[in-house]
Amino acid sequence: MKTSSDNANSYTKSIICQILESVTDPEIPVISLTDLGIVRDVKIEGDQVEVIITPTYTGCPAMLEMEKDIYNALKKAGIEKIKVTTVLSPAWTTVWMSEEGKRKLEEYGIAPPNPSNPEDIACPQCKSKNTTLMSQFGSTPCKALYKCEDCLEPFDYFKCH
Amino acid sequence: MTNSPINYSTIQLFNYTLQQADTCLILGQRLAEWCGHGPILEQDIAMTNISLDLIGQARMLYQYAAEIEGEGKSEDDIAYLRHEAEYRNALLVEQPNGDFGQTILRQFLFDSYNCYFYEALMNSSDERLAAIAAKAHKETLYHLKWSGDWMIRLGDGTEESHERMENALSELWSYSGELTIPVEAELTAQKEGYGVDMEAIKIKRNQKIKVIFEEATLAIPESDFSHLGGKDGKHTEQLGYILADLQFMQRAYPGNEW
Repeated sequence: MKTSSDNANSYTKSIICQILESVTDPEIPVISLTDLGIVRDVKIEGDQVEVIITPTYTGCPAMLEMEKDIYNALKKAGIEKIKVTTVLSPAWTTVWMSEEGKRKLEEYGIAPPNPSNPEDIACPQCKSKNTTLMSQFGSTPCKALYKCEDCLEPFDYFKCH
Repeated sequence: MTNSPINYSTIQLFNYTLQQADTCLILGQRLAEWCGHGPILEQDIAMTNISLDLIGQARMLYQYAAEIEGEGKSEDDIAYLRHEAEYRNALLVEQPNGDFGQTILRQFLFDSYNCYFYEALMNSSDERLAAIAAKAHKETLYHLKWSGDWMIRLGDGTEESHERMENALSELWSYSGELTIPVEAELTAQKEGYGVDMEAIKIKRNQKIKVIFEEATLAIPESDFSHLGGKDGKHTEQLGYILADLQFMQRAYPGNEW
């Protein structure tokens, strides 16, 4: 039977990151915390695994949920000593979102952040660029509400941050 | 446990952090009053989203304030267990929501200050304040875009919307100046390097107000009279009602937890 120190030492940083890839955003279940750039670092010290995360928006209520989910995912993988640390600096930015993450967002129906031209947003349903901003704030503070003038469907846009 | 004895510097830093935290919390509370009562769904959601952002900022600042104070209090203790005289928010944010136009004006007058405030605070010599400011600034940019856009839509809208904005101005303008009139904690903060250059912020803010008001076809009132005292704990009667709502549960059932 493995002891807890055996468990932690047999886990490398990349294995931990792989486990973390299974932890998804509570609001957007197709995108992982690693895709979002929320996981900043993983430190393994002795038999303790420390995951360093950064909050997206200051008021994001999903952060507590994410902390619990990270803890549970590592616990399930057999790790006993887990620490989740939140750091504020450097500030989280959508620049840290992976291309894979952006693709998954669009597939799910949310237009991904478009830093090259934030005014020029394509409808995730019909891909038309004939879209109009309805409100700077959508279902959550991180998203804005748009309407497609061609297929007439509303959609959320993940704002550049 | 107190790490260092409470001294003048610590008190000033505490008051400075608390001032911004209180201002964000009270405005967050006011915006939350719109929940379910917005003129249209999208704007109901926008106001509650902004409220959430502001409460998030308040939380980060309260957490830091609790650490500065060093008496083992939590962010909740600080938010829920102080009386009006201990609150340091600016008077503008405790003013009533009024109609949608009044809420927009109050928001714009605040955002036009808050955005430049956080932008400057990102250079604070205090690492924590700088980190909080860097996060908060990104959010505030969207708040300012939203409130600025609505100022224009309502000011340069129908005859009725324009008149309502004029009425809102006569209600709120005299509370606008306090934001850029520094009190002791702010002057100390600037001197010590962890605060901001208020004069520089005032110039940027006035310019922003000028540009938006012009497009909104609204005249900037000539009076430069400002109600003062909020940042020193002297509030209008409004704050009492807000705190009664906010603090009722904790006061009625002390120590209650979910």
